[in-house]
Amino acid sequence: MSKDINIDVEHVTRVEGHGNIVLNVKKGKIEKLQWQISEAPRFFEAMVRGRKFNELRTITSRICGICSIGHSLASLKATEDALDIQITEQTGILRRLAINAENMQSHILHVGYLVAPDLFGIGSVFPLVGSKNQNALLKIVKLHRLSNEMSDLICGRTTHPIRLVVGGFSITPTEIELSKLKKNLEDGLKTTKEVAEVVKNVSGNFPDFERETEYIGLTSDEEYALYDGDVASTDTGRLSNYKDYRSYMNEFVVPFSTAKHAKHKRDSYMVGALARFNLNSKQLHPIAQDVADMFNLRPICYNPFMNNVAQLVEFVHNIEDSIKCIDRLIEYGINQKKPVNVSPKAGHGVGIVEVPRGILVHDYTYNNKGICTKANCIIPTNQNHANIQNDMEKFVPQIINKPDNEIELNLEMLVRAYDPCISCSTHYIDVKFV
Amino acid sequence: MKPKVAFFDFSSCEGCQLQIANLEEEILDLISIVDVVSFREVMKEHSDNYEIAFIEGSIMRPMDVTRLRNIRENAKILVALGACATIGGINKIRNQWPADEVKKEVYGDADIKDNRYFDAFQTKAIDEVVKVDYYIHGCPINRDEFKHVVTSLALGKEPIIPNYPVCVECKKNENICMFEKGEFCLGPITGAGCGAICPTHRSACDGCRGIISKPEVECVMDILKRYDLTYEELKSKSKLYNYSREANK
Ligand code: SF4
Ligand code: SF4
Repeated sequence: MSKDINIDVEHVTRVEGHGNIVLNVKKGKIEKLQWQISEAPRFFEAMVRGRKFNELRTITSRICGICSIGHSLASLKATEDALDIQITEQTGILRRLAINAENMQSHILHVGYLVAPDLFGIGSVFPLVGSKNQNALLKIVKLHRLSNEMSDLICGRTTHPIRLVVGGFSITPTEIELSKLKKNLEDGLKTTKEVAEVVKNVSGNFPDFERETEYIGLTSDEEYALYDGDVASTDTGRLSNYKDYRSYMNEFVVPFSTAKHAKHKRDSYMVGALARFNLNSKQLHPIAQDVADMFNLRPICYNPFMNNVAQLVEFVHNIEDSIKCIDRLIEYGINQKKPVNVSPKAGHGVGIVEVPRGILVHDYTYNNKGICTKANCIIPTNQNHANIQNDMEKFVPQIINKPDNEIELNLEMLVRAYDPCISCSTHYIDVKFV
Repeated sequence: MKPKVAFFDFSSCEGCQLQIANLEEEILDLISIVDVVSFREVMKEHSDNYEIAFIEGSIMRPMDVTRLRNIRENAKILVALGACATIGGINKIRNQWPADEVKKEVYGDADIKDNRYFDAFQTKAIDEVVKVDYYIHGCPINRDEFKHVVTSLALGKEPIIPNYPVCVECKKNENICMFEKGEFCLGPITGAGCGAICPTHRSACDGCRGIISKPEVECVMDILKRYDLTYEELKSKSKLYNYSREANK
């Protein structure tokens, strides 16, 4: 079958901005296929120059509202690395709780509010209100609230955390608060299993598509790496020195995107929940393993749509891990210590953490007054753009004979599966067939 | 008839829109009094027929100006949502340098000339481009204040936004003053409404809600003197959120 498809980029961009898919097909032949990012550039790396070491986390947190905790942590790690600051074990565990809370918040928002409508064949979650699936929606809202209450407690605020400061925490939660959180997490674990059942029932609607690619993320001997670990790839294994991160993440600029792209050994690679799963699935906690089995998710999984499932699996893992963290904190007893003392000095530091959408790097240089002179941030979504583009190039020929609206939906779902960060992915993209 | 509302975003981290999702079960109360017709973050449907537009983010490019003017034409009431929109906020830090210099720092020598996506000028708050009817301050916005504004507008009432400093709320929370702890706090000149959330979590106020219309200049000068701080430090701190609107001596 040979048909024509044309997409009016001008129109799309003016209406929505942000990101677009361009697909031009002539007589069944693809002439142009592009994943474009038209988001206005915000120049964070330039903005932090001249700011003091304790202000960097405040500024860089504003790169992304959904992963503001992750940005704060990468920022603190980079600053502490540059200024040779050692954090306490308690701070390390509390930061792990913070990263778990954010991963949970972001994953449930994505799977529950943004991806689920595609699976139910609706435009948003609003029609679920008053429908037979209202109960499932309320369960998702409950898990979202649990995640946010957890980051409120640990960080002082869920979006743009306040308590996370250079050298530690400005205030720490009390044992009573933590015990209460633990109860809620245990209850949340039950709810999550119920939500997983609901998703399982409709997961047949994820397209069956695979493309071999490279996966990059943190890895660690001790645990399923999120806060700490070495940079690793499914192709080439571990990188020995974290400061050489650029040898794995080569960023480059393409004309149709204000977001930089990145590559390593192949044309592109993927980061995020599926990458972490593919690298570290053996270290998942037991119930998370069960949920992975329930969906037949096994490493190495080359289906990008399964990133949604990997997020659900990680959500369970984050709850199990948080319960363990709380047990440890309570066992040791919470020490309401002030953050460690900091004296400014010249230095260069790199902070790498896993945030919901993948590996994130902050890299700062300070002068002897502790003023930032140079910064570089590598954002997860940027690393995925080239992989999305390559997926589309393989995916479109497979679906080209479907009706236009199905091609559109399938491509939207593909982009959405990557959970792009510049904005949440529902209506992030706008495909127009003219 | 429920008023039709629409949400739009420009240059931002989308953290303010996220606060709406973070209302959790209370979203259901809100959608019982307003009709959401456009909200890119959470719904596929879109309509240009709305009475109230909420705008998040700053304006940075000619293409954004065109889009914003269209929204202004469609909307009866336009509300700026969050610091990026109300005062330019964090996005204005870069206005200290010419736009071209900033581009070079981030994109290096990549060929981005004549590319309208990269066609950035100095950051503007929403009211530097179109008229704004109401301001919901904060980085991010406070969820309770957002509910208050939406409910008021839906009922045709004037929302109440405080014009006294953060210090008032901070005292109410019985916090120890951040200056006593050796930190530089913008609470004395910043508009309240956040419940002094930062000092309450022992972090100094960065001024994200903007500078109040009539700051007590003498009182501020007193504080600087008492804690042996300079006006230069005050200016530098104000540049975080209030660049080009810094406190005047
Ligand atoms: S005001 Fe702050 S939280 Fe809101 S969009 Fe801007 S940077 Fe994000
Ligand atoms: S205390 Fe200051 S910086 Fe913090 S939210 Fe309130 S106005 Fe913004």
